[in-house]
Amino acid sequence: MSTSAAVIAGCAVVTATIKAAGPVALGGRELPGWFTGVVVLLAPALLAALVVTQTFADGHRLMAGPETAGVLAGGAVAWKTGSVIGCVLVAALLTAGLRAL
Amino acid sequence: MPFAVAGGLLALSFGVVAQNAGFTELAAIAMSAIVFAGSAQFAAIAILAQGGTVGAAVAAAALMNSRFLAMGAALGPSLPGRALRRAAQGQAVVDASWALAARGDGSFDRGLLFGSTAIQYVTWVGGTIAGALGGGVLGDPKALGLDAIYPAFFLALLLTEARSGRALGVAALGALIALALVPFAPPGVPVLVASLAALAGLTRTARAEAQEQQR
Repeated sequence: MSTSAAVIAGCAVVTATIKAAGPVALGGRELPGWFTGVVVLLAPALLAALVVTQTFADGHRLMAGPETAGVLAGGAVAWKTGSVIGCVLVAALLTAGLRAL
Repeated sequence: MPFAVAGGLLALSFGVVAQNAGFTELAAIAMSAIVFAGSAQFAAIAILAQGGTVGAAVAAAALMNSRFLAMGAALGPSLPGRALRRAAQGQAVVDASWALAARGDGSFDRGLLFGSTAIQYVTWVGGTIAGALGGGVLGDPKALGLDAIYPAFFLALLLTEARSGRALGVAALGALIALALVPFAPPGVPVLVASLAALAGLTRTARAEAQEQQR
C-alpha cells in the first residue's frame, strides 16, 4: 500500500470511530446540568486553540508572520461585519500581499 | 451557507497543499471524500510533509479529531434511535455544523446539522477537486495566502458563534493553554488540552445560566 493510501485509510478509520463513539458513549441519556455548562464552552475553547496554533506556531516554534497579520485582519472583519467569506478573503489577500512585498 | 463557501476555499487550499506532501491529485480528492475532516486532513498532511511516518500522521489526525468525542457526547441526547443509528448520525458532526446546530441550551437541531453538513460535503469535495486539478495553474499556495484561510475560517466561526463574555474568556484561556504547550507537546496535543478551558463551565454561575437557558 502506498503512503498516501495508508494515511487515508488510517484517518478514515480513526475519524469514523471517534465520531461514532461520542453519541453512543452516554447512551443518549439526558445530560446533567454540570455537563451542559462545560459542553457549551467546548467549541470556543477548541476553536480558539485551533486558530492560535495555526497562526502563531510553526512546528514547536512560536512566531508571527504575514499569515498572522492576515488572520488578525480577517478576524476584525468577522467581528465587525459577521461575514465569514469576507474574513477568509481578507486574510488570504493580506497574507499574499505582505508576502509579495 | 457562508461556511460552506469558505470551506470550499479551504478545500481548494487543501487540494494544492496535499500535493506538496507527495499526494497525487486522486489521493487528495479521495482523502477529502472519504475522511471529510478538514483540520485532521491538514494535520496529517503537515506531518507527512515534515517527514513523519504514516503512524504519526494518523495519530495527529486522531488527536485533531478528539474534539469530536466531546461534540458527539453533547449531541447524543438530541439523536434518536439505538446505538448503531446514533453512531451513524454522529458521522455528520463537523465543526461548523455542530456549532450552527447548537441551540445554546445544550440541545441540538438535528435537521440543521445534517443539512449544513451535506452542503459542506459538496463544497469540501468540490473545492479539493478544483485545488488538486487546478493547483498547477494557481501557482505557489503560500504566495496566494491560501494557508491563512484555514485559521481565518475557524476564527470567523469563533467570533460569530461565541459572543458572550464567558465564551470569549474561555476562548482566550484555551488559546493561552495551546500556545503554552506548543514548544513541548506533539502536534495536536495543545489543541486537545486546551479543551480543559471549558471546565470554567463548572462554576456555579455558569451552571445556573446553562440551566436557565434550558427552561
